Amino acid sequence: MQNYSIFNLARHALGGHRGWKPAWREATPKPRYKVIIVGGGGHGLATAYYLAKVHGIRDVAVLEKGWIGGGNTGRNTTIVRSNYLWDASAALYEKSLQLWEGLSQDINYNVMFSQRGVLNLGHNLQDMRDIRRRVNANQLNGVDGEVLDTAGVKRLVPFINTSPDIRYPVLGASWQPRAGIARHDAVAWGYARAADSLGVDIIENCEVTGVRRDNGKVTGVETTRGVIEADRVGVVVAGHAGVLAEMAGFRLPIESHPLQALVSEPLKPILDTVVMSNAIHVYVSQSDKGELVIGAGVDSYTGYGQRGSFQTMEHFLSALIELYPIFSRLRMLRHWGGIVDTAPDASPIISSTPVDGLFFNVGWGTGGFKATPGSGWVFAHTLATGTPHEINAPFSLERFHSGALVDEHGAAAVAH
Amino acid sequence: MGRLWMNTVPQRWHIDMLMITCPWCGPRDESEFTYGGEANIERPTDPEALDDAAWADYLFMRSNPKGWHEEQWCHAHGCRRWFKAERHTVSYAIRRTWPMDEESS
Repeated sequence: MQNYSIFNLARHALGGHRGWKPAWREATPKPRYKVIIVGGGGHGLATAYYLAKVHGIRDVAVLEKGWIGGGNTGRNTTIVRSNYLWDASAALYEKSLQLWEGLSQDINYNVMFSQRGVLNLGHNLQDMRDIRRRVNANQLNGVDGEVLDTAGVKRLVPFINTSPDIRYPVLGASWQPRAGIARHDAVAWGYARAADSLGVDIIENCEVTGVRRDNGKVTGVETTRGVIEADRVGVVVAGHAGVLAEMAGFRLPIESHPLQALVSEPLKPILDTVVMSNAIHVYVSQSDKGELVIGAGVDSYTGYGQRGSFQTMEHFLSALIELYPIFSRLRMLRHWGGIVDTAPDASPIISSTPVDGLFFNVGWGTGGFKATPGSGWVFAHTLATGTPHEINAPFSLERFHSGALVDEHGAAAVAH
Repeated sequence: MGRLWMNTVPQRWHIDMLMITCPWCGPRDESEFTYGGEANIERPTDPEALDDAAWADYLFMRSNPKGWHEEQWCHAHGCRRWFKAERHTVSYAIRRTWPMDEESS
């Protein structure tokens, strides 16, 4: 792998930048691998990278039906935070946040991780009680956070509407300074390049159409580029968990919903943090290009059409302009939808399955991007050893039998 | 292409979903309705006889198909009655709607 550094940049500048190589090889599938990862999004690529780097397993293929980063990795609103209520979630997302903090150096790729802080607004007394409880829980778990009052929010975001007479007045917020945003495409490309350099085959345009089993044990997958055998298969898909589960002959406690987002025309720098609101359900940050990145809630009905409904759009845009009247004349440039696989407790499933040797890392709902490094870290452990890492043990499929759910609906600072 | 659902996608690819036909009130705007999830899930008559896995199957597991889906809707801002609909989960086209107490086919 050619190293990205100021010296190499200068060296290639002398050659008119014609000497750069593609960031990863275009691999042709081999007939057999030790581990196959289905899904070439951030989570799948991170899994492959940590399998090769931490566990020394390099006979790995990542199968992607489209192109790297073309799914939910490129459709989210890039927010990274770890201020979840429950211990199990805090451990998972905090592990992830710690990996984020060293990620650009680790994979030698600038993922533009910017720790600009995240505000989660409270609009009524109960919101503020929940915020206080969550921040206390965060602090006990070693996750940074504090409770701000209205004036505290106004200091960070001077143009936010704090009038007491709006429909949902801003009474305060939780504030996690170490949270922030990252460039999502760079995360996928950086992990792909780093995994490739350790020998992982990244195979694009290769859709899995079937899961091969023999006596209750997985033996490989059928793809649009032929049958590929493997000792272990890890399914790391977003928006298609149910489809893959059906191929393997079981059902998941997951329903897929469209979630939409949009970006505005570019503005001069105005918002240097991330503001989220659970109750009125809009979240906004400003990208380095100056565009406002605006996210919404999910559509109520299940669906695989990658677009959102107009009534949801109307709902979150009216919330946006009530909170930020200054944005009322902004024009929006792009609008898109992604499909979020949501479990009943709004927590992911990182688990063994009824099929021996087949593991699923799915159901990240509306909040998977922030977990990309941590998800890859624990799932690589699971695939390498066949047993869960202590961090993902609570996120088994078994929890739906035992009743030990990790209920992050609403508790997770933003409704799902 | 081996994608089965492609064969069953209706011809009309525009967004169909904005209008839902209530069996009692006729076609109304989508915003008048609330969604009630997958249809035809019956509560087991004798829950005590079920083991944890079977109960979890009833409570949590869903078919979540990419294609035609029988589901429940309520005309919340209209007659407030529940009904069933068959909707395509990619195109969002609704093939038909019918009252809860009528058979599916």
